[in-house]
Amino acid sequence: MTDLTPIIQMTDVSRIFGDFRALDRVSLSVLPGERVVVCGPSGSGKSTLIRCLNRLESHDSGTIIVDGIELGEDTRDIRAVRQEVGMVFQQFNLFPHLTVLENLTLGPIRVRRMSRSAAEELARNYLDRVHIPEQADKFPAQLSGGQQQRVAIARSLCMEPRIMLFDEPTSALDPEMINEVLDVMVELAGTGMTMICVTHEMGFARKVAHKMVFMEAGRIAEIAPPEAFFSNPSSARARLFLDQILEH
Amino acid sequence: MRKIHWLDWMILALLLLFAGYVWTRIEGTLNYKWRWEIIPQYLLHYDQDQGRWTAGILMEGLLNTIRISVLASILALVLGTILGLARCAQNLAVRMLARTYLELLRNIPSIVVIFIFYFFLSEQLIAAFNIDGWARDIARGENAWLWQVFFGDMRRFPSLVSGILVLALFESAFVGEIIRAGIQSIPRGQREAAQSLGLPWRDEMRFVVLPQAMHKIVPPLANQSITLVKNSAIVSLISVHDLTYRTLALVSSTRAIFEAWITTALIYGGLCFLLSLLFRRLEKGSDR
Repeated sequence: MTDLTPIIQMTDVSRIFGDFRALDRVSLSVLPGERVVVCGPSGSGKSTLIRCLNRLESHDSGTIIVDGIELGEDTRDIRAVRQEVGMVFQQFNLFPHLTVLENLTLGPIRVRRMSRSAAEELARNYLDRVHIPEQADKFPAQLSGGQQQRVAIARSLCMEPRIMLFDEPTSALDPEMINEVLDVMVELAGTGMTMICVTHEMGFARKVAHKMVFMEAGRIAEIAPPEAFFSNPSSARARLFLDQILEH
Repeated sequence: MRKIHWLDWMILALLLLFAGYVWTRIEGTLNYKWRWEIIPQYLLHYDQDQGRWTAGILMEGLLNTIRISVLASILALVLGTILGLARCAQNLAVRMLARTYLELLRNIPSIVVIFIFYFFLSEQLIAAFNIDGWARDIARGENAWLWQVFFGDMRRFPSLVSGILVLALFESAFVGEIIRAGIQSIPRGQREAAQSLGLPWRDEMRFVVLPQAMHKIVPPLANQSITLVKNSAIVSLISVHDLTYRTLALVSSTRAIFEAWITTALIYGGLCFLLSLLFRRLEKGSDR
């Protein structure tokens, strides 16, 4: 974190669905290499927040600047941002009609204009990084949930993004598979990647986060370093939330 | 339940009774004289002058029906795909245009569409592009036989083109709906994943959405193409020389009403049945 200009700058961002304020004047800045974990009760706007960062969701007011580009209606800007921002979804969203290798090479070939052989080399490299090099020629449906999510992470990494977004990456997984995915994410954190994770995995948060963001009712209720957040949350709602999810 | 029940026998008996009644009406009351023997020559006959077998007018009509159906299907598929994509477009004006086109064609009887199109558009288009003269040149040219394989008698080319255009426009509305339904059946997450990789819209469709939508699109599309073959009969109204038109001509010259129409019905029925068998086999093949 030597560079002190933020790579993500959200200012007063609101997103309104009908008369429901999914995001209510949210401001957040993230420095290059910073790892942010976003948590909060369901419906508090966590997903909307990170989906706004690559404009899968549009914002109604405020400004979002990602890697120097302001997100607006311009599709070229949006695609430029998306190339630098990888996203991992709760439901993996692998392309079921393509093999693992084809899933990984589609972006590099079509967007980065890489040759097939270069893209495949890159893809195999990243499959190694997520510890499933032997699954390259299988179809997603032939893999376990944990393996699928690791493929999804590798697919995003193949675009060599500067920022990775994780939208509850372990919530759809069976308990025994959660750790294999978290391990990959911890390793990724070790490479200095800028990461924003929506997750309820507090062990993971404690291990990798620089910054905890607690959301409630579309607002950021608290931003704190993890030590402070876990030992002594300043807002009552955050304390209650932590009690509930750490109880067992 | 594969066993034949007494009820089945009863239904069968009733059907036979009804058929018998119709038969006696035709035989007795109408005093209809059956002349089945004249039909085969209109399918295929031996030309003494040229010394070879030639197609009769019914066979020629069938060939034209097949030509029209194949060419109109291809055109309808192209137009329908564009329409289907337009119906899912982000741009509101594009969506509205596609919707308007669709609703117009869906809510106006096909016969009316055909007449409107034929008299207002087709004539103008053919005159504007001088298709008439162009076709006549080809008919006189050296490669006329090759053109005839695809388009039949080149002197009748303009009318054939009108028939194909009308049919394709009409069917494209339904093809468009099938394609739209296929596209919209793909879960949102698939498109979001493609978008988050930075894929442009075109690639998102081509590599992610359409390949997956295919499985859902192909069976109804096969059905629609059979419907198109049957609907192609209406182009006889704008004097395209298809099977129905030829049958009408045959009936007015020979007065063999029942024989001619029953033969034509069997030809249409056989053609469509063969198509449905073919599609069923193809579908089974693609499932494996």
